[in-house]
Amino acid sequence: MTLIYLIVALLIVVSLFVNKNKLINISLISLFVFLQWSYTIYACFHFRSTEFEFFTFDSLGVLLLIVLSVISIPAMIHSLIYLKNNNEETPQSRGIYFAAIVGLITAIGAGYLSNHIAVIWIFTELTTLCASALIYHHRNKLALEGTWKYIFICAISITFIFIGILFLSLSLQHAGSDDLSFKNLLANASKLNPFWLQLAFLFIFTGFTAKLGLVPMFTAGIDAKDNAPGPAAALLSSVLVNLGFVGIFRFYIIVANTSLHQWANMIIGIAAVLSIFVATVYMIKVKNIKRMFAYSGIEHMGLVMLGIAAGGIGYYAAVLHIVLHALTKSSLFFQYSQLKKVFHTKNIYHIGNYFKYNATGAMVLLFGFICATAMPPSGLFVSEFLIFKSLFAANQVIVLILVLLLLTMIIWAFGKNMFKMLFIPVIGMDEQNVPSISPWESATQLILLTASVYLGLNPPQEFVQLINESIMLLPI
Amino acid sequence: MINVLLITFLITLFYMAIANRMLTYINVLALQGVLLFFVVFLQLNEISTLNLVLILLETIVFKSIAVPVFLAYVLKRNKITREAEPFLPNFVSLIITTVIVVVTILLANIIKDTHLDKIFFVVALSTLFFGLYIIATRRKIITHVMGYLVIENGVFVLSLAVGNEMPMLVNLGIMLDIFASVLILGIFLNKIGDVFKNIDVNQLSNLKDY
Repeated sequence: MTLIYLIVALLIVVSLFVNKNKLINISLISLFVFLQWSYTIYACFHFRSTEFEFFTFDSLGVLLLIVLSVISIPAMIHSLIYLKNNNEETPQSRGIYFAAIVGLITAIGAGYLSNHIAVIWIFTELTTLCASALIYHHRNKLALEGTWKYIFICAISITFIFIGILFLSLSLQHAGSDDLSFKNLLANASKLNPFWLQLAFLFIFTGFTAKLGLVPMFTAGIDAKDNAPGPAAALLSSVLVNLGFVGIFRFYIIVANTSLHQWANMIIGIAAVLSIFVATVYMIKVKNIKRMFAYSGIEHMGLVMLGIAAGGIGYYAAVLHIVLHALTKSSLFFQYSQLKKVFHTKNIYHIGNYFKYNATGAMVLLFGFICATAMPPSGLFVSEFLIFKSLFAANQVIVLILVLLLLTMIIWAFGKNMFKMLFIPVIGMDEQNVPSISPWESATQLILLTASVYLGLNPPQEFVQLINESIMLLPI
Repeated sequence: MINVLLITFLITLFYMAIANRMLTYINVLALQGVLLFFVVFLQLNEISTLNLVLILLETIVFKSIAVPVFLAYVLKRNKITREAEPFLPNFVSLIITTVIVVVTILLANIIKDTHLDKIFFVVALSTLFFGLYIIATRRKIITHVMGYLVIENGVFVLSLAVGNEMPMLVNLGIMLDIFASVLILGIFLNKIGDVFKNIDVNQLSNLKDY
């Protein structure tokens, strides 16, 4: 089935790319969504089985695959709305856009499920290719600059991952094995050479931070999310970030089972605290709403990694947080397109009194803000609370206090900008030409946000079980 | 023989550090491709015909012919000036390159590992750092691409250092690595030349937070 999925998705990508007809375009997209969902359901029914040698439907993979499939539906709907509203669209640019989105979703999904470190690397590389087509969608100078930076940094980060894999294979040779699948690595964990494993971890971690949006390679992602169209940015900031998380997390499981556990925790912890710090610094200054959302993503990824570094209940909280964050952040980016339609700018200075022009959209934005800053009743509140608890349990009170201070500043900066956009009237606003926006366009965002609240406050039994199973291999 | 080739490879780095013209960079990259081919040819002892063809394609055809021709075409098409315009004088470049090589030699001497060929490791690591150095100190975008290609060559050497026991994985990785990165970078450079008239990194600073 995995092979069929990949081949059919590839065929859809090619036909979207060459097709010029709008009707065929839409039917191909629907076909893909159908394919994506049938694959997801198939994965649920064949839980824990391995297919085509390199793909395993394990708990973390299936969990994130479901999240991906859920987000892919609003992504397609909002892409169609976005392209309809944009006057500069040609059949060709529409084709490239959808081909890239379909390719991106397929590559991410396959990346989640791959059980071999080289395979996950290949799919990460493919996501760079598809994402760059999306970032360059507007074909202007700024988009070009953003795409160039994204491609260059991703190319270097992918090279880093490859160097890490080479070091890992050196480390594995000491164990007398040459199979780089995660299962085999875990089985040989105690025999791996620690020196090469250290180097491998450093390189692979640094490489995946470009996708995850963590210090040191976070810059590329910010420019990418700034320039990509809203629906595409939603994918980049949620499901693609999860792919980076999967890459780091699967490798971390192996390192955690060796003598390097404490050392790896320290590295991850440093990167995490630095990420939150960097996010705070930029959040205070930022005046571009899309970049603000992107920096907020960096903050959340820092928190996730902090949970991983702290251990204990932090593992559970980290996986929970990454799922809830994907739902929340994607809906904020989906909502952005409507804001842009009303004000024609990304600059917070020129956005204001949004409640007057689009009450439903403003409600969603306010709700999204509450969710993203992890104020109750947000589901993220639960996961952040658990992360702080795990920091307490790990006796990292100083780190905890520092992070709490930084988070307070982030909430202040986020809130200041958000309330300005929602309530304070902006000077020189032309009120005649404000387009009316159907409240139905906000429906999917509301569903996603409500889902994130529900999953956080009252997680279903199966959901908890999936998370618990994905962190099962980690030592406590 | 392999050692001679690898040391020649290292010398090309020094040459690149003091090169003034863009065309020299391209020629050095082409030469590195040829050197790499011979290293692979001598290093991988049990090599199948298919594997050999693959490596031949990758090193000679791709690294020494296609990429240099393409880079030269980009230079000409976008009327890029012939000087490399480094931020630092060549003398400093030379010293820094020497420091890089010496440090990697010292580093390699600390590591005691029977699975690792030391000279491969030194060459690979210094090429890697040298590529990063080129990226950091040259003004033009096209030199960044060249720096990236140098890094790729370094990774290639590194994969040879470990690749004797897992050749297929390394082949696959390298092919894909080169394929994706240069394809993207290449297509892109064309576009960049059209939009930004004088390709200079200083022009790439319009994306701001406010």
